[in-house]
Amino acid sequence: MSVDPAARAGYPEHPPRMGFFTDTSVCIGCKACEVACKEWNAVPEDGLALSGMSYDNTVGLGASTWRHVAFIEQSIPVGPPSAAAEGVRWLMSSDVCKHCTESGCLDVCPTGALFRTEFGTVVVQDDVCNGCGYCVGACPFGVIARREEDGQAHKCTLCYDRLGAGMEPACAKACPTDSIQFGPLDELRERAALRVADLRAAGQDHAQLYLNDPDDGIGGGGAFFLLLDEPEVYGLPPDPVVTTRDLPGIWKHVGLAAAGLAAAGLALGLGRRK
Amino acid sequence: MTPEPKGRLKGGPVARGKRRRAEQLMVPEAEFTSYYGRPVIKEPAWGVPDIAGYLFLGGLAGASSVLAAGAHASGYGELARVAKVTALGAISLSAVALVHDLGRPERFANMLRVFKPTSPMSVGSWLLSAYGPLAGAAAVSDLTGILPAAGTAATLGAGLLGPAVATYTAALICDTAVPGWHEGHREMPYLFAGSASCAAAGLGLLTLPPEAARPARTLATLGAPAELAAKRLLLRRLGDIAEPYETGRPGRLLRAAELLTVGGLAGAVLGRRNRAVSALAGASLLAASALTRFGVFEAGLVTARDPKYTIVPQRRRRGMN
Repeated sequence: MSVDPAARAGYPEHPPRMGFFTDTSVCIGCKACEVACKEWNAVPEDGLALSGMSYDNTVGLGASTWRHVAFIEQSIPVGPPSAAAEGVRWLMSSDVCKHCTESGCLDVCPTGALFRTEFGTVVVQDDVCNGCGYCVGACPFGVIARREEDGQAHKCTLCYDRLGAGMEPACAKACPTDSIQFGPLDELRERAALRVADLRAAGQDHAQLYLNDPDDGIGGGGAFFLLLDEPEVYGLPPDPVVTTRDLPGIWKHVGLAAAGLAAAGLALGLGRRK
Repeated sequence: MTPEPKGRLKGGPVARGKRRRAEQLMVPEAEFTSYYGRPVIKEPAWGVPDIAGYLFLGGLAGASSVLAAGAHASGYGELARVAKVTALGAISLSAVALVHDLGRPERFANMLRVFKPTSPMSVGSWLLSAYGPLAGAAAVSDLTGILPAAGTAATLGAGLLGPAVATYTAALICDTAVPGWHEGHREMPYLFAGSASCAAAGLGLLTLPPEAARPARTLATLGAPAELAAKRLLLRRLGDIAEPYETGRPGRLLRAAELLTVGGLAGAVLGRRNRAVSALAGASLLAASALTRFGVFEAGLVTARDPKYTIVPQRRRRGMN
């Protein structure tokens, strides 16, 4: 069942839900997306050290890295089976905020700094966030983080400003291979289904779509991916479930525990001093 | 103490109780892949002294208000006063710790900008803003003798909100992607209620002669067993993810807490006529509560840092391992 997050957030009329389809099978690891994102959004420098993790020196998404290209080097057999030769398969994937249909960061934000846009995306308001850090621990993907310099939470806005002006996000604009595709989510899902079928027919047995399913643990991602291996290989959780799905149960147990403590207090109060 | 080999995660009960299968207990060490060993989720941006301390202080305050109301109603005036002052002190320190932990402390008032039941922190902020003044009024009225009727009403009000203050912090930490907290959400509130009771009872026993602290002793005899039982159930539920609760620094904190809880309970019961034993028992219970909260907090952080605690249970949930 597909949920319309913008309608649920109270927009009676709104544009179609927009998102990213990141087809990692054509990513060449150029990092143009990382650079374009930094440039357009004026995201500050995030360390210039070498990580030793292949060509990945940004290491992961964070407060000041909103697109992150992962590089995975895998040993694979090459040539005829009799040769028993080993080659390298190089997986590259540009990661980004998933703009979840059921968004943990947005649910737990106590100030309302995180909000759902009319495009169905999730954005932090810099002038409201008080840096409580709740969103950081609530994200099942480790996307959002608090920036040391200003003490506030930051993440990808899916270029909310550019969307408002009818433009595509900077990363998608800069991507030279169309690995990052931007558009109405419905169209992207159709396109992705065709692409993964092609790849599987071509022998890519592990090719899989990730977060494209509206029935998954986050209600589907506004940004979803075509991966050539299991999600955890790319640093992604294999079966993320938004924490707030369990919140009714959590409140129930808190209520029962509180009632127990109140009952203890009542028992004390009914006693008489001897 | 023998150091546990790192990377136990071999079978054991699955995080989701229903899917538990006996044969998984025999599964060898789970194979899992990660991205260069990097964590999948981000460690919560919460400071250990600030927020772990708040879990303790908030519990101490909430349960002290419960104890204060009970002692007030049953004629234990000295205990009621100690508990009211404790509640005010603990909740004031809590407020300082909470504001200090913000990235933008000057924007603390934004906590009351909206009310969101989906955010335990929002619910807690509103709760504290109602509870804090009541706890304050109860203490000030008791100490000064001003407006005794209003003081009694405030004591009752704080006593009614106290249980929520002492337990909502379980929702606060469990409503996250941190496996070691989230998967324990069915047990954590009871653990916190028990631990908070021990803290409040402990302070009463520590500061007053045993005959004046009888309700505190009763609260300890209710809270300590509840806490011990809830912790057992929590660890059983967590299965593999319980590893950080039993090893390393959080493991040591929690083991010390358990010994102090058991010792404190025994001392409270057996030392009911001995001031020194009773006070020592009280100190033990108080310390145990603090150690429990720091242990739970730090164990959760370990499960956030190591990707295996995120990846292996999720793969198993999908039936991939």
